[in-house]
Amino acid sequence: MKLLFEFIIFPGFIFTAILGMLVSWIDRKVTARIQWRQGPPLLQPYYDLEKLLIKETIIPENANALIFLISPLIAIISTTIVSLIIWKTIFNPQSLFIGDLIVVIYLLALTPIAVILGASASGNPIASLAASREMKLFMSYELPFIFSILVPVIKAHSIKLGEIIIYQQSTGMIFNSISGILASAIFLITIHAKLGLVPFDIAEAETELAGGVFIEYSGTPLALHKLNRIMLLFVVPVFAVILFLGGMHPFYTGILKYLVVVVLIILIKNTNPRLRIDQAIKFFWRRCTMLSILAIILAIKGF
Amino acid sequence: MTDKKNKPRTIIPIGPYHPLQEEAEFFKLYVEGEKVVDMDIEIGYMHRGIEKLSESMHYDQSAFLVERICGICSNSHPFAYVNAVEDLAGIEITLRAKYIRSIIGELERLHSHLLWLGLAGHFIGYNTVWMWSWKYRELVNDIFEFITGNRQHYAMMKIGGVRRDIENKDITQIEKMCDDLIPVLNLFKGAVLDDPVIHARTKNVGILPIEVAIDYCVVGPTARASGIDIDIRRDDPYAAYNLVPWNVIVTKNGDVFDKAVVRILEMYESIKIIRGCLNGLLKEPEGNYDLKIKEIPVGEGIGRHEAPRGEVFHYVRSDKTNRPARHKIRAPSYVNVPSNQYAVIGQTISDAALILAAVDPCYCCTERVAIIDKQKNKKIMNGFDLIKLSQEKTEKLRNK
Repeated sequence: MKLLFEFIIFPGFIFTAILGMLVSWIDRKVTARIQWRQGPPLLQPYYDLEKLLIKETIIPENANALIFLISPLIAIISTTIVSLIIWKTIFNPQSLFIGDLIVVIYLLALTPIAVILGASASGNPIASLAASREMKLFMSYELPFIFSILVPVIKAHSIKLGEIIIYQQSTGMIFNSISGILASAIFLITIHAKLGLVPFDIAEAETELAGGVFIEYSGTPLALHKLNRIMLLFVVPVFAVILFLGGMHPFYTGILKYLVVVVLIILIKNTNPRLRIDQAIKFFWRRCTMLSILAIILAIKGF
Repeated sequence: MTDKKNKPRTIIPIGPYHPLQEEAEFFKLYVEGEKVVDMDIEIGYMHRGIEKLSESMHYDQSAFLVERICGICSNSHPFAYVNAVEDLAGIEITLRAKYIRSIIGELERLHSHLLWLGLAGHFIGYNTVWMWSWKYRELVNDIFEFITGNRQHYAMMKIGGVRRDIENKDITQIEKMCDDLIPVLNLFKGAVLDDPVIHARTKNVGILPIEVAIDYCVVGPTARASGIDIDIRRDDPYAAYNLVPWNVIVTKNGDVFDKAVVRILEMYESIKIIRGCLNGLLKEPEGNYDLKIKEIPVGEGIGRHEAPRGEVFHYVRSDKTNRPARHKIRAPSYVNVPSNQYAVIGQTISDAALILAAVDPCYCCTERVAIIDKQKNKKIMNGFDLIKLSQEKTEKLRNK
């Protein structure tokens, strides 16, 4: 019963969704201010979601309906579990099992997979093209993403999130070392691809593919996909704060660190054009992977 | 589509309704994976029967009508139209009117290029450039409002002159407003021409070599980016373009980046022209801007104008009634859009979207079609039929 409460309300689904909407509002407001616009009211993300939820759900004739509809659910459930693990670790670093970091990495990988599944199942040529882009992108950013996470793991000698936090509380945050700076920079770039933001929103690419992976989605499934993106936008920066910036304790500085990460993401998003898929793959496989390997070597050497 | 290389081909449609472009057009991209191997262009969703309508209006009304062909280059069509009618009637307008016409023409180029720059930013996902460019475009719109009272559809062109004067006391204010534009242009020049990611996205993308550009007869910035040194303002001077100093901007590569460079540098030239014209205005007596033409003799005339997108061409024939007997319009996008067919082949879909937008297409300018039965080679509908159709539909809606 307690687990169900944790999963659905706090710190699971509803908590993540509400704070995700708040972060999404911050994103939209800051973006708007950068672009000399007014920006939406505080409740706009909720209005958008509510509107999508009451719209008709259309399933394309030649789609595989089961996979098409189940994919947003897979994505949102995995994101909720990620949030659950991360927040339980923050409240009590000793509470979880060894290897929870690996579970988080796997669950974060489920979102792109679910998106690819849903897009491929929709039977639309644009969606299939977008799915292939998402697949290529996923394969290219995942390696530097995991490599950059390895740096805190090497430093803390543990694959348990709680121990990474405890290590940072005793010896200072990982960001304070050269390898830490390098790894967190790579992490910041790869999560852009993970969150589907410019310059790596190649799979959605509104002006090329008209929404790409989500082109056939409507109504509730689209709302779930969008909600999943919003929740990820909330969860992944928290993950970054835990890994590189010493966790959320004490709470005020934790929120400050979190906001810095979010604002950095928004700034990168707003000062870059979208890359082409081949450029993105080259960028991740060459520069990012090389630098992340360098970061690992530095971390092993103790820098 | 037949399978030539035994590779699976998919059709990626861009249009008729697509977030890439706000107007209705249809580009059928045949793709193998990400690579575009062929493209079909289908236009003709925007036909409004303007030429036919123009033949049913008298000469002064037609100037207003052709202004409504396009919202962005709303001055180009009346400009070319009055040039055509003046050519027909052998009218030589006053110097003051010439200067004012050139000022309006160049201001329009400024705002149109800023608009394109913003859209191009949007197409490569750089929404900040989009919003900034459109914010600063407001400055140009303010100048328009100051001079003509309107932000779009200025209604300045008139057969025999212009409709409103620019008073000498306003000239310092206009000059100051033009000065405010220079830092803006410097900002965009720096932001666009020096950004490494923009370089990566636009350099060597969608190259249109000079030979191909000549074959497709492209005009305007699209041609000048490919190295063709044409500009109607210089080659066939009209209005005040031969009275003030300015340069034609030509680049060599013909890729998307060069098209942006040409447009950005052209904006500086536009400001130069505006300044020259304002200086010229000061020497001319105020109020001498309209010849008050009453009669149009029999004859035919052509008028050309270098619109922001290239040469716009109007042909008018008169039979001594008060309306044009024939009015033919050719807009620059009509020749620029087909050149995409060459430029997108071999590029990826991401680039194709950008290349399609790089010629700054304007479909509502382009399209004046007749519906033709292909088998019998016979016109099915003319302009009147289309008007009748639309009237019937309006009637139906009203009676509902």
